[in-house]
Amino acid sequence: MKDEVKLKRTARKTAAYLALGLVGLFMLLPFLWMLSTSVKHEGDVFATVDNPIRALVPARTEWRNYGQVYHTTRAMGGGFGRWYINSVLVAVVVTLGQVASSACAAYAFARLRFPGRDKLFLGYLATMMIPGAVTMIPNFILMRKITEWLTAIAPMIDWDTLRAVSLFGRTYDAGRLVGLDSYFALMAPAMFSAYGTFMLRQFFMSIPRDLEEAATIDGCGLFRIFATIIVPLSKPALATLTIFTFMGNWQSFYWPLIVLTQDSMKTLPLGLLSFMGLYSTQWHLLMAGSMMMILPMVIVFVVGQKWFVSGIQLGALKG
Amino acid sequence: MAQTTRGRTAAAGYLFLLPNLLGFFAFTLLPVLASLALSLFAWDLFTPPKFVGLQNFVALMRDCEFWYYAYNTLFLMLGIPVNIMGSLLLAVVMNQKLRGIVVFRTMYFLPSIVAGVGTYLLWRWIYNADYGPINTMITNWFPRWLNDGIRRLGVDWPPQWLTSVTWAKPALMFMSFWTVVGGYNMVLYLAALQGVSPELYEAANIDGANAWQRFWAITWPMVSPTTFFVFTMSLIGGLQGGFEQAFVMTRGGPAGATTTLGYYIYNHAFAWNHMGYAAAIAWVLFAAVFAVTLANWRLGGKVVHY
Repeated sequence: MKDEVKLKRTARKTAAYLALGLVGLFMLLPFLWMLSTSVKHEGDVFATVDNPIRALVPARTEWRNYGQVYHTTRAMGGGFGRWYINSVLVAVVVTLGQVASSACAAYAFARLRFPGRDKLFLGYLATMMIPGAVTMIPNFILMRKITEWLTAIAPMIDWDTLRAVSLFGRTYDAGRLVGLDSYFALMAPAMFSAYGTFMLRQFFMSIPRDLEEAATIDGCGLFRIFATIIVPLSKPALATLTIFTFMGNWQSFYWPLIVLTQDSMKTLPLGLLSFMGLYSTQWHLLMAGSMMMILPMVIVFVVGQKWFVSGIQLGALKG
Repeated sequence: MAQTTRGRTAAAGYLFLLPNLLGFFAFTLLPVLASLALSLFAWDLFTPPKFVGLQNFVALMRDCEFWYYAYNTLFLMLGIPVNIMGSLLLAVVMNQKLRGIVVFRTMYFLPSIVAGVGTYLLWRWIYNADYGPINTMITNWFPRWLNDGIRRLGVDWPPQWLTSVTWAKPALMFMSFWTVVGGYNMVLYLAALQGVSPELYEAANIDGANAWQRFWAITWPMVSPTTFFVFTMSLIGGLQGGFEQAFVMTRGGPAGATTTLGYYIYNHAFAWNHMGYAAAIAWVLFAAVFAVTLANWRLGGKVVHY
């Protein structure tokens, strides 16, 4: 009798593992195709197609493809190297800005009393439901027209020129100061998020007030309290928001697509897209480019997985 | 004394809020109002804007393309229940006390993490009609009589996937199944399942319930709040979605078969410079999202058990 129960349990576990493994294969197989295609010789990409599983093993392994992507795109405003730098720059600045501004605002909403606070917070909440397309149209018009407006206000500055900076004896495109094709356009609108403020506020609310009260009695100012009590205690929530924001920005596509025209100002997703436009049949290079784009995300995800999972639950519980 | 402290706190409150609030006003609140105003104008950015009243909305109701793209959007959303059931099923299988669950969870989560231009390119390759792995499998591994039989039914086979009016939408739906089934929803379900008391299942076992009965009598009602949340969010996302993958994979084609409302807004606003008309579509979309949210709110109490 006991053996039978044991046998049944083993059978169930085996079945579960088998099912989970099959699903895992379904999830990973596309990535394996991506990886194997990215290291294939150009002539082998279609050569072994009669069996897609056997084709996973490249006949000739060409890691050179990755360098090839870099060299092929050099002429496109600096290409992959430049796009990488742009992506990192934008994602880092936006993430830092968003986490900092959200944390400050969340502290104000969670702990400080001032007239109009609850109405403002309700306003934040209400806008979270609005589709991105609604705000994107006026924001685009703003970026499109802002150079004209600023020229009218401050004509001594040439707002419309595309700038360049010199670094280490070379000159690099740096886009406009503001408006289309500028880092300003890429970064500024993404730096303020109602969602981040909301999430952090909910977290701050759950921190007991005792410590702060003790600190106030000791004569601690509000900024000291924020910096030395709230922020250290909120590390998990801040880490979560940092990871979410970074990943979201790394993949950001729609907004950069509409405010960028210069190749040299593009971020990775856009660069990859224009690369596809020119080399639509060079699948080995396209897959190598895609690999390079998703790799940082895979690393960030695997390293920060703990924060990720808890963050999802935090967002959902309160939403 | 108390008065000044309160005054100082209020001042600090505004100061802490200021950076975020400025951004919120400049890039969210004002644009929302501006786009509402914009929907009453015709503006191509080059000539001065012309006030047209509600004409954009009237034209929209008579716009056949708009209704076709609305249909496309809803069609693509038919995948949502399938995706959600898939996530729940996966979570149920994973919720047994097995070793190595974290490894599986990582694998399943991966597609939703990296979803973007990179994976859309990848699926373009997978769906390639001549050389893609899917069609290669169909041609080489399916028995000949089966392939011939399907073809004799008048089905275009193996499918041309992204370049076929019939198959492009199912292809995108299957890709999104791969993307989301192991993602956020599954993690939420897993958390919900871990909160279900094991005693409920033990009691059901004593009563002789089988796995099927246990699922519908215990699991399903116990996770209903999660289902409700996940379904609402997916509906909201689905109404607005579809632009990025269609832009990368099909350019909205063939013959508009994968153009969604989100894509239509892009076309009017950023490809054709019809700012007013685009703003009108965006506001109609907003109204739809709002209606769904409201309906769910009302309905919530009735479908969520406990």
